[in-house]
Amino acid sequence: MTSLPKRPPEKALGLVIDLDTCVGCQACVVNCKEWNTGGYPAPLSDLDPYGANPAGAWLNRVHAFEVEPEEGQPQVVHFPKSCLHCADAACVTVCPTGASYKRESDGIVLVDEDRCMGCGLCAWACPYGAREMDPVVGVMKKCTLCVDRIYNEAIPEEERQPACVRTCPASARHFGDLADPDSEVSRLVAERGGRDLMPELGYHPTNKYLPPRPRREGCQSAAPKALEPASPEGGFLGWLDRVLGG
Amino acid sequence: MHPAPSVIAFTALSGAGYGLLFLLSLGYLLQLPWSADAWAFGIGLAVALGFITVGLLASTRHLRRPERAWRAVTQWRSSWLSREGVFALATFPPAAGLLLTGPLLGMQGWLPLLCALLSVIGAAATVLATAMIYASLKPIRQWHHPKVPPLYLLLALASGAPLLSCLLAFEPEAAPLAFVAAGLLLVAWVMKQSYWRDIDRSAPLATLASATGLQRKGDVTLLEPPHTQDNYLTEEMGYRVARKHSGKLRLLALGFALAALVCLVFAGLSGGGWTQLFFSLPAALLALVAVGIERWLFFAEATHTVSLYYGKAA
Amino acid sequence: MPDGAAKDRAIALSVPPSDEVKTSTCYMCACRCGIRVHLKDGQLRYIEGNPDHPVNKGVLCAKGSAGIMNQLSPAKLQKPLKRVGERGSGDFVEIEWDEALQIATDRLAKIRAEDPRKLAFFTGRDQSQGLTGWWASQFGTPNHAAHGGFCSVNMAAAGLYTLGGAFWEFGEPDWEATKLFLLFGVAEDHDSNPIKMGLAKLKERGAKIVSFNPVRGGYSAIADEWIGITPGSDGLVILSLCRELLRAGKIDVDFLAAFSNAAHLVIEAPGTADDGLIARDSEGRPLVWDRQAEAARPFPLTHAIPAMKGRFTLDDGRVVVPAFELVARRLDEVAYTPEAVAERSGVPAATIRRLAAEIAEAAFDAPPVIDRPWTDAWGRQHAQIVGRPVSAHAMRGISAHSNGFHTCRAIHILQLLLGAVDRPGAWRYKPPFPRPAPPGQKPAGKPDQVRPNTPLPGPPLGFVTGPEDLLLDEKGQAQRIDKAYSWEAPLAAHGLMHLVITNAWKGDPYRIDTLFLYMANMAWNSSMNSGEVLEMLTDKDPESDHYKIPFIIYADAFASETVYYADLILPDTTYLERWDCISLLDRPICDAEGAADAIRQPVLTPDRDVRPFQTVLLDLGARLGLPGLVTETGEPRYPGGYADYMVNHERKPGVGPLAGFRGEDGQARGRGAVNANQLQAYIDNGCFWREEIPEEARHHRFANQAYLDWAAEMAFIDRPAPILLQLYGEVLQRFRLAAEGQGAIQPPDALRSRIETAFDPLPLWYPPFEDESNVEADYPLHGITQRPMAMYHSWHTQNAWLRQIHASNRLYVPKAVAESEDLQDDDWVWAESRHGRIKAQVRIQRALNAKTVWTWNAIGKRSGAWNLDQQAPEATRGFLLNHLIDELLPEKGGYRFANSDPVTGQAAWYDLRLKVTKMTDTEAETAAKPLEAALPSLPGLAPAPDRLTYSGGKKEGKA
Ligand SMILES: Nc1nc2c(c(=O)[nH]1)N[C@H]1C(S)=C(S)[C@@H](COP(=O)(O)OP(=O)(O)OC[C@H]3O[C@@H](n4cnc5c(=O)[nH]c(N)nc54)[C@H](O)[C@@H]3O)O[C@H]1N2
Ligand SMILES: Nc1nc2c(c(=O)[nH]1)N[C@H]1C(S)=C(S)[C@@H](COP(=O)(O)OP(=O)(O)OC[C@H]3O[C@@H](n4cnc5c(=O)[nH]c(N)nc54)[C@H](O)[C@@H]3O)O[C@H]1N2
Ligand code: SF4
Ligand code: SF4
Ligand code: SF4
Ligand code: SF4
Ligand code: SF4
Ligand SMILES: [Mo]
Repeated sequence: MTSLPKRPPEKALGLVIDLDTCVGCQACVVNCKEWNTGGYPAPLSDLDPYGANPAGAWLNRVHAFEVEPEEGQPQVVHFPKSCLHCADAACVTVCPTGASYKRESDGIVLVDEDRCMGCGLCAWACPYGAREMDPVVGVMKKCTLCVDRIYNEAIPEEERQPACVRTCPASARHFGDLADPDSEVSRLVAERGGRDLMPELGYHPTNKYLPPRPRREGCQSAAPKALEPASPEGGFLGWLDRVLGG
Repeated sequence: MHPAPSVIAFTALSGAGYGLLFLLSLGYLLQLPWSADAWAFGIGLAVALGFITVGLLASTRHLRRPERAWRAVTQWRSSWLSREGVFALATFPPAAGLLLTGPLLGMQGWLPLLCALLSVIGAAATVLATAMIYASLKPIRQWHHPKVPPLYLLLALASGAPLLSCLLAFEPEAAPLAFVAAGLLLVAWVMKQSYWRDIDRSAPLATLASATGLQRKGDVTLLEPPHTQDNYLTEEMGYRVARKHSGKLRLLALGFALAALVCLVFAGLSGGGWTQLFFSLPAALLALVAVGIERWLFFAEATHTVSLYYGKAA
Repeated sequence: MPDGAAKDRAIALSVPPSDEVKTSTCYMCACRCGIRVHLKDGQLRYIEGNPDHPVNKGVLCAKGSAGIMNQLSPAKLQKPLKRVGERGSGDFVEIEWDEALQIATDRLAKIRAEDPRKLAFFTGRDQSQGLTGWWASQFGTPNHAAHGGFCSVNMAAAGLYTLGGAFWEFGEPDWEATKLFLLFGVAEDHDSNPIKMGLAKLKERGAKIVSFNPVRGGYSAIADEWIGITPGSDGLVILSLCRELLRAGKIDVDFLAAFSNAAHLVIEAPGTADDGLIARDSEGRPLVWDRQAEAARPFPLTHAIPAMKGRFTLDDGRVVVPAFELVARRLDEVAYTPEAVAERSGVPAATIRRLAAEIAEAAFDAPPVIDRPWTDAWGRQHAQIVGRPVSAHAMRGISAHSNGFHTCRAIHILQLLLGAVDRPGAWRYKPPFPRPAPPGQKPAGKPDQVRPNTPLPGPPLGFVTGPEDLLLDEKGQAQRIDKAYSWEAPLAAHGLMHLVITNAWKGDPYRIDTLFLYMANMAWNSSMNSGEVLEMLTDKDPESDHYKIPFIIYADAFASETVYYADLILPDTTYLERWDCISLLDRPICDAEGAADAIRQPVLTPDRDVRPFQTVLLDLGARLGLPGLVTETGEPRYPGGYADYMVNHERKPGVGPLAGFRGEDGQARGRGAVNANQLQAYIDNGCFWREEIPEEARHHRFANQAYLDWAAEMAFIDRPAPILLQLYGEVLQRFRLAAEGQGAIQPPDALRSRIETAFDPLPLWYPPFEDESNVEADYPLHGITQRPMAMYHSWHTQNAWLRQIHASNRLYVPKAVAESEDLQDDDWVWAESRHGRIKAQVRIQRALNAKTVWTWNAIGKRSGAWNLDQQAPEATRGFLLNHLIDELLPEKGGYRFANSDPVTGQAAWYDLRLKVTKMTDTEAETAAKPLEAALPSLPGLAPAPDRLTYSGGKKEGKA
């Protein structure tokens, strides 16, 4: 029920998000919405869609941050955020109705919407803002890791990937088993120093973020050899004669 | 956090109700003088249950699918909200039993005693569970604080006790009760004061740098929110009250509590009768209003780590 | 299914997403990605990228993913409308299609019989210019163009006149092999998804990305190096890079000599009609100097590299200099030293020097080599294909300036100097390019070519190569309403749509009768100075009380601002409801390794009384009896509408809108007989066709015989002749000579000096025209816009999902300005240009050029338009920078030039200069926005719902 699985799940399915290549295009955001509004749970509704204050439920949102290092240029980092399918998911344990649960088999955190009474407590318990109350249906919404795609036998095997991963044009989203150290995602995390968000809160998120690679600008890089005038004495084109063989 | 009226009403009213229930039941259990007047005792229990019921009903307004509220009792093993529900429900039968079997019908023996015992435990447990709902939420540092549970308990007692003081105004032996109520108020609000000092000083749980994993990169600030309009998260958890404003409200709450305290002292000095009622009634109201404001602030001043992602401190 | 699944709660995991899947082509923007549309219970369930499609390979952007909401939009027009109240009042009645077409036919037939020029037919963001341009020429009006003139004709023209291809969708970087990628002024571009996919590839390979952009965001955010350049100054930095490379000898002399006109001998004869032209022999072959023979010889010299510098005298006594030396001398000017350009550009000299060194290293140290012999057009064998892995891409940050043509040309000159054109790792052509530089087609529409009831002899748009090709009347005045191909915009290869309304209102050069617009929001975000444009649209002649622009027909699919200013509205279908073709005759979807085109098929049937515009246009043409649109007996030639035309129309024998599956058996491609089953063949193939370019024909295509033969066979070029790269801009010199008084066709005196400056055959930078002498003091900031990745211009405002992402826009200000003006996030400011001021809410950005402010393009909306609530944030808090941009420059010598590039006429949106000042609190509350009055709703529009719970068909197991 809303207790977490006693043993760690056999798998830890999740996303690895590459902040080095994310251009902030919002493709994952909207594709997630369109897949999931027609997906297995209730629709993802929108309130006042054509009015003064349009606001809907979304399972994935992309923020943009500026980073000002002590030295060097300010950077802009686009930052997609959806449920991190935490190992210690307090959003699950606080749920009074048993609607929220973490799957034993793969660690996916889901909401059984038919049981949800819309109290919102799980959203309070999530440090990351990964849960949103549906404004019309009144049940809690969150990233399902596209559970109705990744195991869906009605779609071709190579397409059994989360919608956001398939649609990302910048290959900034990777899906896989983070419990398996040999999986592609685990290797990425190891190679690129993947990070947890807010580790200090102890939720042990499954999703990892690959930090932007160091920027190669200014004089930080091993600069190539400076250009020398090809023919200091022969004038601007003095070198041409040499090149052309006299 | 968004100060939803339904939740404020619920915690304030049910807190007072449980405080009253606790004191009455404890009085009965220990055969303290204030259980002597059967009528006062009966009315007191009814008032307590009324407060509790109104509070609980208010709390369902916070649910988007109240028709499924019954499911909330199922997850007592892990969820404090579920436990609160279970305790609240479990407290009704003994409290009602006490009302029916106790002084009103003059019944003696183990049954009313058992009901009283269970009511004492139930009232305390329910308030504690309510407090723990908040205190267990790690992302909100103002809630995830060791003083939150004792404060909920103390404030419940401190808002229940003046009510009792009204009820027992004509019970001369119970006159010192007003001093007890005053004492509870004093302790509760001194503690609240120190809690406020704590949360003003406590460091944020996380920073935008740690929330984004960019801590090694430099100073991180929000450039663009994900959507241009507010959303559920910013409305529910991004609520902000200006420092100036909250300072004033704290003073106001404290002022009400102090006024209640002064009234209670006068009530105590009056030695019972109409004068005691005359002072206790406003004290009860003032204490309740003080808790109402305190509860509003409890939400409004609480900051959630999700705000970091929207460019605000947590 | 994992093992623990048994313990998990049961959920229906294998629900088929849909009961039907249809492929088509996305049209939420002009990128033209392939889509798979899932339908359930006849409703749109899910739109995903088509993994097999050459453009997007399965990915889909935010806009494409929001296609469902486009279909659901309450702003969709429902039925033809006829204006009954005053223009702009929104007072319309619904009419039947027959009446609508009759009104249009009557009006247009009369015009055509009198003076076809009185029809100005301009189209916007459409992808059917193959049809619309042809229709206009059949009608006989030269007054036709699409939106290119305000979009990026600078890119197209500079590229086509220099390389015979262009950044503008006509080429792409070699994502697989480039080592250093230079990105100039791009936020999103038309190749939305391919650029992102390409950048990801570069990242994976560790290639370096350098982005020149005043703003860091989007692509610049992930760039390895961001050069926060001050707007309008890229040319300086690029030429400075060229200079440094040249000085160090880090250029590809062999390449220049073999494939460009660098060694061609330029006549030095100041004051004569030949000055600056290339010396040619009697057969018209350009001459180069054979250093061994010490004599001029026709290009190419196959045995040795000709002289690249020096001064020689030809047999006829003319003095000549190799073009390369002239270019080098220009670059050697003090103006282009790194130190000299640092201040105006904001790029430190040391950075320029380092970048030059990095470019040299990437280009010449260990270039990739493909061991594949190839033969050039002169029969020379080359054993290998040697790469040059430095590539570039540029768009509107370069082009939307009044010096954009030359800045774009400067980038091409950098590429040429490096030899980084169509080689492994470099920028590469996409078919049907390269074409001759410039392509051979001349614009039709000279006075003797425009006659009543007669088609033009050719298309209205083309490429001029000298003053004799301009479209001028007897008095030397513009012959077109937009003044394209006049002295004001000689190389206006895409026309100048942004000047049509102003000119038509003024009656300059003449009065028109009907303005026919399609898919362009000219009454709002597509116009500079939108407020005054609306006044022009509603202005009446006081004597006759008639509108100065007498009649306006507009085809839109949604209730845009422009709909309110038309007299007759022809409501279009959505992209999911119609046939379309993405044709090689228009803007192709090819890639460097393959030729491709595509179709859209109707996935849904319209639920309202709307018709596909192309079909309407064909119908209208048939009603008008336009020659190509009717049979000999006067019957409609394409009774089956656009689908019929797509299959059966032939531009030349065997060449039609679709290049794939031609021939009776469907086996021919490029050229081939009409195939009655062509559309089905496309559908069976996922609604696209792609043909790989033979492997030996994928590089050096300007001179690769295998490619030229293939391209001629495919009908991309007329004959397999090599294409000469134009380091030296001889065409420009022809116009300059005229400005110097040579030749019979002379510019007006007011324009002489400007033409003399701008039509420079050598690389050049000059300050944008808005940079008047006191601008730094009065309007110290540059004001620019960027495209948001999740919005397409104005038209996604009606999209319930996308508008949540961008419902209002901010003015981003650099920290330095925030400090000097005492601004905090969310403060309101006046943004003020010489033309006016508007109200805007600020956000402070640190990764921003210190002299630049910017905002997202086209988010601000007119209240009430698009069937949105009048209090929509787009109207209450959003703003449109266009109100500050004047379409004319301040008066100079009694004349107000267009705010445009003097070579191409491209609108100079990003020359805008402004200042910001903090508003008082009262101002912030009360100051009005331009055009604050709300527009009413239009007849027939569905009421906008107050909530959406869309699920695309019934849910399994749900009520
Ligand atoms: N300040 C500023 N202004 C700019 C620019 C800038 O960068 N800054 N950019 C300029 C550039 S490059 C361009 S290209 C223009 C673009 O501006 P526009 O060409 O005006 O583009 P949209 O705003 O997309 O408007 C096109 C119209 O097409 C309609 N439409 C959408 N789908 C369909 C359809 O299927 N059928 C029909 N018939 N109509 C449809 C929309 O409703 C809309 O009214 O803006 C220019 N204006
Ligand atoms: N999502 C989306 N995609 C679109 C469109 C859309 O509306 N939305 N519109 C389509 C159309 S019509 C067009 S024309 C293309 C245009 O595609 P882009 O060329 O990407 O258009 P802009 O957004 O105008 O980007 C111009 C960039 O140049 C920068 N810039 C401005 N001035 C200068 C300068 O002087 N120097 C340099 N180096 N940079 C400068 C700006 O900061 C901005 O980042 O996009 C097409 N694709
Ligand atoms: S990210 Fe939030 S919602 Fe998701 S598992 Fe962790 S705590 Fe729960
Ligand atoms: S909102 Fe629903 S899922 Fe969340 S805690 Fe409440 S009942 Fe559980
Ligand atoms: S995994 Fe699926 S539900 Fe989760 S963010 Fe991606 S698309 Fe949305
Ligand atoms: S789709 Fe990819 S690049 Fe675009 S915002 Fe999402 S993660 Fe970033
Ligand atoms: S880039 Fe996006 S909107 Fe444009 S065609 Fe591709 S998927 Fe559609
Ligand atoms: Mo454009």
